[in-house]
Amino acid sequence: MIDFGYSLTSSSRISLDNINQKKLKKITAVEPDFLKCMACGSCAASCSAGNFTKVNLRMVILLLNRGMEKEAIALIEGCMLCGKCTLVCPRGINTRNLIINILKIYKEV
Amino acid sequence: MIFNGKQRIWSEYQKEIPDDHYFYVRSCIRQNFFPASEKTFLDIVQNRLGLDFFETEHHTTCGGIAYHSDSIPQETLMTIVARQFALMTDAGYKNYVASCITSFGIYTETLETWRHYPELETKVRESLWKATKREFNKPEYLAHASDVIYKLRDRIATASVNRLVNKKTGEPLKVVEHIGCHYSKMFPSKGVGGAEYPYVLTGMIEAWGGEIIDYPERRHCCGFGFRQYLVKANRGYSLSNTHKKFESMKPFKPDMIITNCPGCPYFLDRWQYVISEMEGKTYGENSQGIPVFTYEEVAGLVLGYDPWDLGLQIHQTGVEPLLDKMGIIYNKADKYKL
Repeated sequence: MIDFGYSLTSSSRISLDNINQKKLKKITAVEPDFLKCMACGSCAASCSAGNFTKVNLRMVILLLNRGMEKEAIALIEGCMLCGKCTLVCPRGINTRNLIINILKIYKEV
Repeated sequence: MIFNGKQRIWSEYQKEIPDDHYFYVRSCIRQNFFPASEKTFLDIVQNRLGLDFFETEHHTTCGGIAYHSDSIPQETLMTIVARQFALMTDAGYKNYVASCITSFGIYTETLETWRHYPELETKVRESLWKATKREFNKPEYLAHASDVIYKLRDRIATASVNRLVNKKTGEPLKVVEHIGCHYSKMFPSKGVGGAEYPYVLTGMIEAWGGEIIDYPERRHCCGFGFRQYLVKANRGYSLSNTHKKFESMKPFKPDMIITNCPGCPYFLDRWQYVISEMEGKTYGENSQGIPVFTYEEVAGLVLGYDPWDLGLQIHQTGVEPLLDKMGIIYNKADKYKL
């Protein structure tokens, strides 16, 4: 491989055709409210762990919909399951249950 | 009623193109990148079709590269453009046709600037007179050379020797068309089909038997972008742009790419080599690249010109796969003759 003195950055374009929808469907089956999220960010704003780590449920849902699983899991692993986000969610999503199931389903081998 | 409505909307995307009598100006970079393209264009319109296209050796660069690289200010650029118009006026022509997309954009931008700020035109006229003792009339009509080939596409199709068809299978060749950004994105009303439905190359391909591919990044820039390439620190950005296009078009298995800009064929051609060297990835069949052509070269192939007279040996990506598909007979050894 030749080094020309500059690099190639692959496109960040996401093709929804190439995303594995199986896990996304599983999540929707166990927590149908997953589809209700309107990305307001209340969960992230009220997150206890979010003050000290990168935990951000709004971003996790966005990344999962884009098929970026690794990035999503890295953001949710620090969650302490305190449930504050469940209290503030204006769409009434059971975010605790959602987070537990995301970790279960996406960490399956 | 609906038909009339559609017809009315589509009429906004049309461009009146004069039949004959043009003052032709060459491109500075095309003469280095694809030197036979302009020669082929003039040979087709002057000798094959018997039209009046005049060119002069006194013509210089339009200044576009320097302007877009922030090396010269717009007033200097406009004075250079005014000098070209003076050459046209001296030669007695009113229709101005540019070979280069950047030049076409520069001429359009200059004329539009003068329309909005007449005092600038007066100033440029004074500057030109002080510098060269020349005066000029503005062109009555401004075209890009691809507009002319688009206008003549059916006459070329009638005289064609080869069609854009796979000779073995009888299927139309799958063609990616790439329009230069400065053709229709800067001033959409100045290009055939506007910015939304640029039809100038599609019209040619359809008339000559090919099939156009509509892929997601079809309207994405080729990646040249002047400073993106000219400044080495930015060059990866230029390469990544082109890479994005190739990744997007690959699933559609294109047989060839046709462009109407000086930079686009160069970068779509050369970056294929760079990507293959950097990543070991190729986008054509049998680990080869996708051949890239200018519209004059494609017109030349359709009209039966010898591929090596069209300068196809200058291309970095080999063109032989396409020549074989079209059933064009060529001498392999002649590729390396001067």
